[in-house]
Amino acid sequence: MSPIKITTPLDDEIILKLKTGDEVLISGTIYTARDAAHSRLVKLIEENKPLPFELKGQIIYYVGPTPEKPGEVIGSAGPTTSYRMDKYAPLLLEHGLKGMIGKGKRSAEVKESIKKHKAVYFGAIGGAGALISKTITSSKVIAYEDLLSEAVRKLTVVDFPAIVVNDVYGGDLYEEGREKYKNKYSK
Amino acid sequence: MRIIKSEEISNAVKNLIIHSSINLPEDTHNGLKAAFEREISEQGKTVLSKILLNAEIAKNESKPLCQDTGLAVFFVEIGKEVSVEGKNLTEAINEGTRLGYSEGYLRKSTCDPISRKNVGDNTPAIIHYEFNDGEKIKIMYAAKGGGSENMSALKMMRPSDGKEGIIDFAVETMRSAGPNPCPPNIVGIGIGGNFERSAILAKKSLFRKLNEPNVDTELAEMEKIIFEKINNIGTGPMGFGGICTVLGVHITKEPCHIASMPVALNVECHSHRHSEIIL
Repeated sequence: MSPIKITTPLDDEIILKLKTGDEVLISGTIYTARDAAHSRLVKLIEENKPLPFELKGQIIYYVGPTPEKPGEVIGSAGPTTSYRMDKYAPLLLEHGLKGMIGKGKRSAEVKESIKKHKAVYFGAIGGAGALISKTITSSKVIAYEDLLSEAVRKLTVVDFPAIVVNDVYGGDLYEEGREKYKNKYSK
Repeated sequence: MRIIKSEEISNAVKNLIIHSSINLPEDTHNGLKAAFEREISEQGKTVLSKILLNAEIAKNESKPLCQDTGLAVFFVEIGKEVSVEGKNLTEAINEGTRLGYSEGYLRKSTCDPISRKNVGDNTPAIIHYEFNDGEKIKIMYAAKGGGSENMSALKMMRPSDGKEGIIDFAVETMRSAGPNPCPPNIVGIGIGGNFERSAILAKKSLFRKLNEPNVDTELAEMEKIIFEKINNIGTGPMGFGGICTVLGVHITKEPCHIASMPVALNVECHSHRHSEIIL
């Protein structure tokens, strides 16, 4: 099956079409945030203060790129492990976040939150930072510059490759994939 | 006594770091190619082909293979007939680390463990020293990423747990790690020594060339069993399902206390960046 092309911001109509295992190519604006930035974003929400960017319909990419060389848009920029953001993700989803891109398992609470707030968790290929960086056409730090590689960036992406891991229907690619290939090595 | 200037060491370390960040070592490359041939899951094959393509792009464009350019880990062997002039060896290696991560445009990933404030230059490097005869200094470097390191584990096992216990511990650690440490992984296992020594042995096991046979036939047999069992879990490349969850299992052992059986398992990602130089 050829990849599904999607453009940000995401609405429920797009979200409902995406199923676990679907390959997607994402275009448009996405935002970056890792542990430290998440902790600050959640604090702002809890204090009823404005966020550095509008969450509604947006995708957050869990990434801390390498510094760009002169003339480069961005350095190497693959996903980081997502479970570290599990503590913060449900509140962001409650406030309109529609997508997350990372790698690795999510908690039961995050998966429940994905269903409840109609969102999606995409997996990108960890360790493919050079390849992925080619789909990023602009990058600008918009908040928390003091966090260096962990600052919040606004990225423009064209055909960013990812795969639907957790969909709105409760699907989980990691569980389904493992079940399918269990004990197949010896066969 | 042979004299080496500390600048020479710093410079060599800098070059090792920059080279490693963009060039996937031959053994890793071959391991990934073999996995691509072996993998039966279509999704898994796609992931492996993209990982190989990423290596090509990194090399051609001098761009880091992965944005996590790691903590700088060194195993250093020092001959008894060599002396370092200028800075001491630890300072010289840290200076090379500073230069490598800055001039190579690599990510600085060291931070205070409590405040989380970034140190800013990726120091201190983590350095393990060993001494031998001769007049050379051998420096082995690995860029160790956080995602795979976080899935590592250490267990003070009972001697009665035996080989089966060790095998189960390794398999269960990798089952629970699942997609998190960027599979296909390399698994380093250290058995024996004591609490800290087993962890160092596990790390050192990762420096053995991928699929270079273990000279200890009993350990080689254990490696084979663990390799098969982990690949039967079904995790597959990036956890999307498949039969290639590990590229290699490397075990090292050392004598331990009669009451103990320490076992440490260090997980390494597919971006297995390691290199060495002899000065």
